[in-house]
Order: sequence, then C-alpha cells, then structure tokens
Amino acid sequence: MFETFPLWPARASTTAGSVDALFIFLVALSALMSITIFTLIVVFAVRYRRRRGVPAEQIEGSTPLELIWSIIPLGIFMVIFVWGAVIYFKERTPPRGATEIYVVAKQWMWKLQHEEGQREINELHVPLGRDVKMILTSQDVIHSFYVPAFRIKQDVLPGRYTTAWFHPTKAGTYHLFCAEYCGTQHSGMIGQVVVLEPAQYEAWLSGGGAAGSMAATGQNVFLQLGCATCHRSDTQGRGPNLVGLFGKPVQLEDGRVVTADENYVRESILAPGAKIVSGFKPIMPVFQGLVSEEQLNALVAYVKSLNQNPSGAAGGPAVVPSGAKPQEQKVQ
Amino acid sequence: MATAAITAERENYLNQEYGIKSWLLTVDHKRIALLYLLSITFFFFIGGFFALLIRLELLTPAGDLVQADTYNKLFTMHGQVMVFFFLIPSIPAVLGNFLVPLMIGARDLAFPRINLLSWYLYIIAGIMMLHCMLTGGVDTGWTFYTPFSTAFSNTKVIEAGLAIFVSGFSSILTGLNFVVTIHRMRAPGMTWNRLPLFIWAHYATSIIQLLGTPVIAVTLVLVVLERALHLGIFDPTRGGDPLLFQHLFWFYSHPAVYIMILPSMGVVTEIVPCFTRKRIFGYKFVAMSSIGIAVLGFLVWAHHMFVAGISLYAALIFSMLSYLVAVPSAVKVFNWTATMYKGSITFSTPMLYAFGFIGLFLMGGLTGLFLSALGIDVHVTDTYFVVAHFHYIMVGGAVMGYLGGMHFWWPKISGRMYPEALGKLAAMIVFIGFNLTFFPQFILGYLGMPRRYWQYPPEFQVLNVLSTAGATVLAVGYVLPMVYFLWSMRYGKIAPANPWGASGLEWTTTSPPPTMNFERTPIVDWEAYDYENIPAPEEARVAG
Amino acid sequence: MPDSPIAVEPHSPELRHHFADMEQQREASSLGMWLFLATEVMFFGGMFCAYLIYRLWYFPEFAAASKSLDITLGTVNTAVLICSSLTVVLAVRAAQLGKRHDQVVYLALTLVLGLAFLGVKGVEWTSKFKEHHIPGASFHFEGTVPGHPDQPVDQQHAQIFFSLYFAMTGMHALHMVIGVGIFSYLLYQAWKGRYTPDYYTPLENSGLYWHFVDIIWIYLFPLLYLIDRKK
Repeated sequence: MFETFPLWPARASTTAGSVDALFIFLVALSALMSITIFTLIVVFAVRYRRRRGVPAEQIEGSTPLELIWSIIPLGIFMVIFVWGAVIYFKERTPPRGATEIYVVAKQWMWKLQHEEGQREINELHVPLGRDVKMILTSQDVIHSFYVPAFRIKQDVLPGRYTTAWFHPTKAGTYHLFCAEYCGTQHSGMIGQVVVLEPAQYEAWLSGGGAAGSMAATGQNVFLQLGCATCHRSDTQGRGPNLVGLFGKPVQLEDGRVVTADENYVRESILAPGAKIVSGFKPIMPVFQGLVSEEQLNALVAYVKSLNQNPSGAAGGPAVVPSGAKPQEQKVQ
Repeated sequence: MATAAITAERENYLNQEYGIKSWLLTVDHKRIALLYLLSITFFFFIGGFFALLIRLELLTPAGDLVQADTYNKLFTMHGQVMVFFFLIPSIPAVLGNFLVPLMIGARDLAFPRINLLSWYLYIIAGIMMLHCMLTGGVDTGWTFYTPFSTAFSNTKVIEAGLAIFVSGFSSILTGLNFVVTIHRMRAPGMTWNRLPLFIWAHYATSIIQLLGTPVIAVTLVLVVLERALHLGIFDPTRGGDPLLFQHLFWFYSHPAVYIMILPSMGVVTEIVPCFTRKRIFGYKFVAMSSIGIAVLGFLVWAHHMFVAGISLYAALIFSMLSYLVAVPSAVKVFNWTATMYKGSITFSTPMLYAFGFIGLFLMGGLTGLFLSALGIDVHVTDTYFVVAHFHYIMVGGAVMGYLGGMHFWWPKISGRMYPEALGKLAAMIVFIGFNLTFFPQFILGYLGMPRRYWQYPPEFQVLNVLSTAGATVLAVGYVLPMVYFLWSMRYGKIAPANPWGASGLEWTTTSPPPTMNFERTPIVDWEAYDYENIPAPEEARVAG
Repeated sequence: MPDSPIAVEPHSPELRHHFADMEQQREASSLGMWLFLATEVMFFGGMFCAYLIYRLWYFPEFAAASKSLDITLGTVNTAVLICSSLTVVLAVRAAQLGKRHDQVVYLALTLVLGLAFLGVKGVEWTSKFKEHHIPGASFHFEGTVPGHPDQPVDQQHAQIFFSLYFAMTGMHALHMVIGVGIFSYLLYQAWKGRYTPDYYTPLENSGLYWHFVDIIWIYLFPLLYLIDRKK
C-alpha cells in the first residue's frame, strides 16, 4: 500500500495469493461475527437497560439454540480447516524439478549456495517464474527462514534438513527474516531475496566467481575422504552402490524400508550405524566432526547428481567448467 | 442490611487478629487470598515495567534504548513473570482462594495449611526469580527452546528454570485444594447443578493445573540437568532431539493458557447475571463448556509447532483438533450475550469490564481461528500476529476479567466500596489503551514483522509507535485501580453485605466476612442465579 | 433459610474444625492423596515418554546399555520394594486393629526395606561410576551392538540411555528418600500411639504414596533392565 506505511505485505509468490484469499475470508468472517455480537450487545444494553417496574425475564436456556450455535460454527470451522490444510499440503510438497538451494543458518547469518556453486550470504537471487526448493539446516540453534512476501516460513534445525519451496511471481527485492529466536542478533539475521527476470538471473549466475557446481565440489569431497574406496559403481564395493540411489526406497538390514532422501544421506555420513543397508556390514567409519555443513550439502548434491551421471562414482577427476549454465545442472 | 454506616465494627477476618505473625502464619483462606493479592500485584508491575521498556525500545526501528542482549532478557522475563507469577495464579489464588469456600458454603478449603504452603512456595519461587533477574537475568524467551537454552545461552537459565519449577508446585497445590474442596465440602443441598459457574470454571482450571503442570516440571528438570551436566537429550550434536523438548514444553504450555482464561470466564459468568438480573442462559452448557475446554485443551499442543518440522499428518490432526476446542469458547460468548436478552441491565464498573472481556475475548478467539488454519499459520506464526492474538486473550480477556472480579467482590473482601466514577473511568481507559496497543500488532504480524525483534525495518515504525502510545494509556488504566482500591480501604463508603443484590452464598455473609465464614452452615434449597427472588439493590449508586 | 447448628457433639481430637465430621475429613484427605498421585503419574510420565521415544530410535544401543545393568541387584530391589509395600499394608492393618506394637514393627520394617533399596541403588550407581557410564565428560561405553559383534555402539546414543536411566532412577530415589522421611515421622507418631482404629488416615494415605513409588519402580525395572535379555 503506502511506501512508508504499508498495511499489506507484497504478494510475490503463487502461495501468497492462496494465503491472502483465506486470510481475507477469515477477516470478513471475523468482522461479521464481531459486528453481529457487538451489535446484539449494544442493542440489548440499550433496549433492556434497567427501567422501573420492568423486571428481567428469567429464561432457562434453549437446547435447540445451543445446538445450532455449536454445530454451525463447527461446520464453518471445518471448512476453514480444510481450506488451510489444502494450502499447507501444497506448501509442504515441493514440486519435482525445482531449482535447489542449500541453506545453512548460523548465529547470526544465512549462508546460501546454489547448485551451480554460487555462494551468497544473507542474500538469495532466484529466477522469476521457476520453482525453487530450499534444503535448510542449522549449524547451531534453531532458526527459521521467513519470507513474508512469499508467505513461507520453515524452521531450520541443527542436525537435520528441513525443506521449503516457493514459486516467485513478481520481480523485486523482498525481506528475509529469521523467525525463530536464536540469541543476541536474532533481529539482525535479516537479508533479502532478489527475484530476477530469467535473463538477468542467467547473467547474475555466470557473473559470479563460482568455484564449480555443488555436485562437482561434492565429488571432490567424496574422493578426498576416500568414499570411493567402498562405494563403487559395480557390485564389488564394501558399501552400497550410490548410483541411482537418491529418492529410491532402501531396504535395511533390520527389515525396515526407508527412502533415500537428504536426511538419509546426511545421517549415513554422520552416523552410519543408525541404518545398515541389508546385505552390508556395519563397517562404515563415522564422519561426524570430520565434515562441515557445506561439505555435507555438497555431498548430498553429488549423490543426487549420480541419478543422472552413472559414471560419476567410478572415480576420475571431474572437469568443471566455471559459470555453468543452469540447464546443465549435473556435471561430470 | 441497614443503610446507615456501621459504627461498631463487627468482628471479621480482617480485624480478628492483628500483627504480622497473624498474617504470615494464617491458615484462613481469605487472608491467604490477600497475601497472594499483594504478591501478584507486585509481580504484575514488574512484568508491566519490562513491557514498557520493550515498547519504548520499539518506538524506533534501530536498537537505541538498550542493547540487544538486554532487550532479549526483557521480553524473556516479561513473559516468564507475567505467565508464571501473575496470570496463572491471579484469579485462582486471589478470587478463587477467597470465594470458593464461601460460594459452596464451607468454612475453609479442604487443606488450609497446604494453602499457606502454596503461597510460601510462590514467594520462594518469586525470590528465586527476582534474584535471577537482578544478577543477570535470562534471555531464552519464556519458551526456552533447546538447544539455545541448554547449550548456547550465557544467562541464568538454570536458576530461572528452578524458580518456575517451584512456582509450578504452588500451582499444583492450589488446584489440588480446589478439586478436593469442591468435591467434598459443599454445604447440604449444594448439588453440582446448583454451583455457581465460577466454581465450575475453577474446577476445570484445577484439573488442568493438576495434570499439566507436572509435565513442565519434569521438562524443566531435564533441561536443568542437560545444561548442568552437558547431557544430550535435547541436543542434536549429542544424539538428542530439540523437537522432543518442544512437544514436552507445549504439552503443558498450551493447557496453561486455559488455566489463564477459564477463571476469567467464570468471573464474567457471575457478573453478567447480576447486572442483568437474570439467571445465566444455558447453565448446563456453560458448565460443560468449561470441562470441554479443559479436556480438549490437552489435545492441541502441537499447533505451536506447525513449521517446526513435524510431519504433515501430525499438523493436519492438530489443526483439526484446534478447531474443536474453539467451539466451547464460542458457546460461552453466545450464552453471555443471550443472558442480556430481556434482562434488566445496569452498567456498573464490573459490568463494563465484563463487556470489555466479551468483546476482546471474541476478537482474540477469532484470531485463534486464523492461527489454527495451517496455510495461514505458516505465514503468521512467530510474528506479531501471534503476539496480538495472545495478548487479546490474556490481557483483553484474562486481565479484564480479573479487574472486573476485583471490583465486583471488593466490597466483600474489604468491606468498602471503591469510587464508582473512577472505576468506570479506569475501565474505559484500559479498554481504549488496550486496543490501541494491540490491534496494530495484527497488521504488523501479517506484514511480516517477526516477534522478539530488538530492531526492525523502518516501514514498520508507524504501527509500532501507535502500539507504544497505547501501552502508555493502558499503564494509566492499570495504575488507577491500584490507587483507588488503596484509598477506599480507609476512605471508601462502608459496604453492605450485598451491595449488588447478587446471588451466591458469599453475599449472605457480612462484608467483610467473619473468619469462619458462616455462623450456621447454610442448607441450600434454591437454584443458582435465583434472581427472580433477589431484589435489586435500593442503594444503587451503581446504576449507569 | 433453615438453620443448622455447627456440630458440637464430642469428636475426635484429630478433627480439624473446617470439616463437619471425621468422615468428611477422611474422604477429603484420601481424595487429596489420590489427586497428588495423579500429578506424580504425569511427572514421571514425561520421562517415560522421552525414554520410550529414544528406545524406539536407538534400540541397539539401549539394548546394549540395558545389558550392562546388574539384573541381580535390580531384581533384589524389586523384591525389597514389594515386601516393603506388604509391610506398609500390614502396618495399616495393625492400626485398624488397634495394635500399637505391631504398627511400630511393621513401620520399622518398611523403613529398613526402604533404606535397603536405597543402599542397593547406591551400590549400583557406584559400579556405574567405576565403569564410566555416568553421562558427562568421562563417559565411555565399551561394547558392541547385541547380535553384531563387529559393530561398536554409538556413544551418543548410549549416553542418552544413561542420561534417562539416571534421571528416572534418580527421581525415583528422591521420592524414596522423601518416603523414608515421611515414614520416619509416622513411626515416631505410631510409637506415641497416635494412630487408632478411629484415626489412621495419615498411615493410609502415606501408604498410598509408598505403593505408588513402588509401582513406578515396577515399571522402571523391566523398561530399563530387561531390554532384549533373552539373547
């Protein structure tokens, strides 16, 4: 609304529209309920104010009325519940093929890394009109990634990944806030999300000093830490083959079946004994304390990339063109 | 009662014995209620002082009044003091303690010595909390989420945690006393369906106090142990889960909000019939709604965790249950309104507070519907929208109910009338100040201003300035009753036994009541809210 | 409204005057104790809840840690507590029958058994200390996951078992200590002849408390000591 005195947040994502629609409905409903009750109270207060010789009429109650004004509100509430749930369901289900951004929160800054390798601090550049999925973790305490203009918020936890996604619909610069109290500079953990037209975004992407895509970095870490010794692309390895693994169900040796998502990959590196794959021995070393959050993110990105580049795990140095175009997300 | 002032003062609980020992070692529920009144008022002003500092800091976008760490301590201690040392005890420990035995026709609560113990535990907890605040304070937020509180904060988390642990004991014992008293000490003829709804409300509250408070107690124990011994129960770097903390914390802290509002609803349910001269509309439904709120209130805690990382399905279930718990509250609002229909209404100060309560609780409750909607909550949780919502209920609701009750029963408690014109003035100042303080915060929240922010982007300033202006008005509204209640104890008009012509056994005693409450045990053979048989007061200088 | 006078009939010296009669006093006290025990259930319940969740998540480590607890001492303590509940019941019965001497004997036995329980606990905890199983800087759990001799246990997960073990048994022991204090007082009062067939409410209600603490142990013992013992 007004520049210096806004009364409504910018609406810059597909979600924002749906959230605002429900909000406006609720405002209208609340206004209606409030005005009705206030009016009734005022009318009764005036009409039934104390007058000599006019006693109050003792009314016990009315069960039909009680039922009506219990059941009708309940019905309305259920409508609101379903409406809100539908929006939430969409918010919690990132679409396939989204651009992925890895976010590491720490006291008191946001570290963001694009798949292509670009790193940003407290600022996130994204292209207009494309799904963006964030994979978030914290290095210390609980934070929360909040972009009011997109109407999204997701707590960022230490020790695991959480995800959030959005689809920007309007170019511009929008506030990024930390929304979970995290200490001294909680209110200073502020940044911005910059939504660029696709062409500008490409330009931005290629202009930076990217040190290689995350998957390429991940491959380097993979080799450095000796992962390739056991995790080979053939069936001779002492560890499971990682090609084509990501996103698929995995049978564990105690009978459970889990999905190989980001948290599974992360846990397998930091606490490999927690889930042993069926048919393998529990001999993987523990890497807790030996990898940073950024390295973990790169390894996750690398494992994801193996779904498209089967020869990636077989060793051999990766050739990484700098400033890779977004279409060529996976590199050898 | 004679209209002439009583010159020879009859013996009552206030003048029966003098001296500090007779107060500090009393087992009379009425004296204990006054001991609580003094203590919670003290803490209310401490918490209120912190609030003023917060609002002053927020006049400008930059953090320029206090340092960031100080600000973080201010909102933490404002929350802890207001929740644990003011709101949770307030009505039960003051009005409940005073009135429960009187209303049911008993001579005292079931366990008078435990009642006194309850107050001493509160005082010990209060001293621990004060010590903590004066020697550095705590900055975790009143919700002290892990791992920040256990492994990162450099403030006195353990001391604050232990203080709250002790205050929880006080709360549990009060609840225990009320439940046993209401079950076992009702006068002959005082059946459950003849009980004042204030009693039903306190019964429901006490159930929550009994069953919920131990869970925060054990959570505090685990947090203290973790912080002191570097355990890993809630710390992911040591194999623990921070969400486990949140579940345990909110399992109590959600029902706790019903501890804070149910007694107020009970107060309003006594005031409205009196000043409409009619029995309450739908007695059984109002009674059952109190119980319903208490039960359902235990099933909704994870609606504080929709973005915390819980599963989608858990979120759906808790959202749906949160809508269920809204129904009994709505029923109460409708019943109060319906009671006014064809009533004979006067506008005394208590009635003004009751009106204020109904309106503001309605607004606070409606915004609860917003928060229970998953899609909306994602945007507004952890923002000023939530802050506004709970202040509408806690301040616009609970505190106004408390003040209304204090005014309504002041003649009974003190034997004096407060000055009516000033009472009405203060009620209106509170109402205006409150709305000016907290309505802008709904807008701030939807705009995206997060809570617990020491500094903020400049476009939020205008609304923050409005809010601070409101806070100063609100402060005046709160100071006024303090002043004139004290004034009235010496200069107020002497109160008759029943200045309002109200129903209820407490009004059949003298003002103030004698120590043993009733000269003869009453035998009740009339229904509650028997207003067709109670004449309106002649002495009505209280009509609007 | 009709009058009814305050009861002025002769009454037990133990009648507190805000009650109408002894029956009301007795019922109120009993209800009060039951409600208090309900709060204790919720208190311990929080810890049981945390325990059950971690046991589900970290089962191998919990099984290994559980095996390292001394099952003999645990069983002895279970028997000791059950016997002590028996002696409490017998003390209450003695009061009902007006037998002062028997009351004193059974209460003394209860105390002895309670102290024995605490003594055995002390022995257990000392051995835990020696084995470096107390959570903290010098925690170290030797051992492998049961059934997998080549897989060492995750130290963090094992430490969580012991954190909860000490929190839960510690809280229980604290309640036992309080119980011992209460029963010492009761022993003294019983010896002075205070409890008679007309008035033994404190014995009865304290007995309820004692039985409750016993029942908590009955749950703690299998949950903590008997995970996966068949192997």
